[in-house]
Amino acid sequence: MDERFGPDRKVRLLGPVALDSGRTFAPVEIAYETYGALNADASNAVLVCHALTGDQYCASDHPLTGKPGWWARMVGPGKPIDTDRFCVICANVLGSCMGSSGPSSEDPATGQPYGMEFPVITIGDMVRAQELLVTHLGIDRLHAVVGGSMGGMQTLAWAALFPQRVARAVVIASAARHSAQNIAFHEVGRQAIMADPKWRGGAYYAENDPPTAGLSVARMAAHITYLSEAGLTEKFGRRLQDRADKSFGFDADFQVESYLRYQGLSFTGRFDANSYLYITRAMDYFDLADPHEGRLARAFADTATRFCLVSFDSDWLYPTAESRRIVHALNGAGADVSFVELSSPFGHDAFLLDNPELDRVVSGFLGAGA
Amino acid sequence: MSALRPDLAIIARHIEPGARVLDIGCGSGDLMATLRAEKQVDARGLEIDAAMVSAAVGRGLPVVQGDAGHDLANYPSGSFGYAVLSQALQTMDRPADVLEQLLRIGGKAFVSFPNFAHWRVRANLALRGRMPVNRALPESWHETPNIHHLTIADFRSLAGERKMRIERSWYLTGGEQRADWLANLLAEQAVFLLSR
Repeated sequence: MDERFGPDRKVRLLGPVALDSGRTFAPVEIAYETYGALNADASNAVLVCHALTGDQYCASDHPLTGKPGWWARMVGPGKPIDTDRFCVICANVLGSCMGSSGPSSEDPATGQPYGMEFPVITIGDMVRAQELLVTHLGIDRLHAVVGGSMGGMQTLAWAALFPQRVARAVVIASAARHSAQNIAFHEVGRQAIMADPKWRGGAYYAENDPPTAGLSVARMAAHITYLSEAGLTEKFGRRLQDRADKSFGFDADFQVESYLRYQGLSFTGRFDANSYLYITRAMDYFDLADPHEGRLARAFADTATRFCLVSFDSDWLYPTAESRRIVHALNGAGADVSFVELSSPFGHDAFLLDNPELDRVVSGFLGAGA
Repeated sequence: MSALRPDLAIIARHIEPGARVLDIGCGSGDLMATLRAEKQVDARGLEIDAAMVSAAVGRGLPVVQGDAGHDLANYPSGSFGYAVLSQALQTMDRPADVLEQLLRIGGKAFVSFPNFAHWRVRANLALRGRMPVNRALPESWHETPNIHHLTIADFRSLAGERKMRIERSWYLTGGEQRADWLANLLAEQAVFLLSR
């Protein structure tokens, strides 16, 4: 039995990771899971990249919440990302808080949590750390990298940074850059966290009293951007929660308010406020065309990677126009690219939800010409 | 060639192995699949209908969802050996501009369309005073996606005006290829190969 493979793995890699900021980071701890078996020539590995608040538990129950993995409907035996055929790897990103190196982990130099001493990282840095893991697992070339939202950004960065290691890239509900609007929403979240007196400049780990109020507000603001107006109206409308009349106060009168408060609070039980700061910052810095004088096509020059992009018509966080921009760049680079805008009432969150068309596209794309 | 629609079968027959082909309005990818399987052609598709695109991608074909009316401008010049526009010219807002785009993107272009000058269409209009509903034009006037009906003679004349060379032409009636004689009157469909 190869100890590198299976559920709930963790590895310390010497690295270092050369960060976009110019600093280096080492050693790098990466927590990950694998499902399915790697074949003899290590050609059937599929790397699944998680979104901002996701983690490595894409297809197994979450250890803190007990809920099914965030992509359990997509990853598993006979599912679109078929673990009977593929060895699926999902790693917690650098900077996060579910076992990979992040602000809450211990700095070996001081024996204390890094806190704000953790270096500012980028999507590219997350991918460089994942690349160390893929090498550690003995995989030269990934059959595919697949991701939605921030996972899609990592997928694009994989294809741009390590084109020879990525045969296929599936980018769902994502973008090649963070827009001013995206950055603006993230800034609201970060300010909410940093305005919480319990944040204490990021040095709150010793107190055991983290800035849950700030983190919860950050999550509430972000959560709105994951939904659509039509979806919210259908689910809640202006209906009141557990009462017949308005209270003329500031309790959660409306169902949508209590829903958001619940989403915010339950998030604080599984996520670290400092990680939220670092990961949102990484997304804000993301602009794949930036190192290429703004020419996105150049990020993919002469690529042999096959691309598949999917957007959703009700997603206003990463709207279809952002996917089209990538498609045009890939066409310009002569890349093999597929793209479809799928219909869903659920906004950005659609990539996590049941969508038979998405299943068909992903499984068809992964299976073809294997 | 396998059970391709007759105009597509003609197109498939005349594309050489290993070519680079952009199929515009590729539907669920029948032509692309044939070209890739039987001629190792590097075929890419553009299709406006999301369900068709999902079906094509689901069978492993590289298809981009988009509108030929404006998305063709994003393809680099000379990036394909052939551009194919089958049974779609008559649905375009600006058919002449689309033909220009085809020849900009591909060195050569295959274009097929239903011939509005077929004698049955003429007879319908002349004798019954009704817009035609038949094999090649199956929808009634208020449901048809066809907004710019054309005839074989119209196409030849447009190609002349735009200095496009007609390299070859094929005519079809009832799915069978027919002679050139009186094609504008007797053919239900035409396939043209254009170049500059």
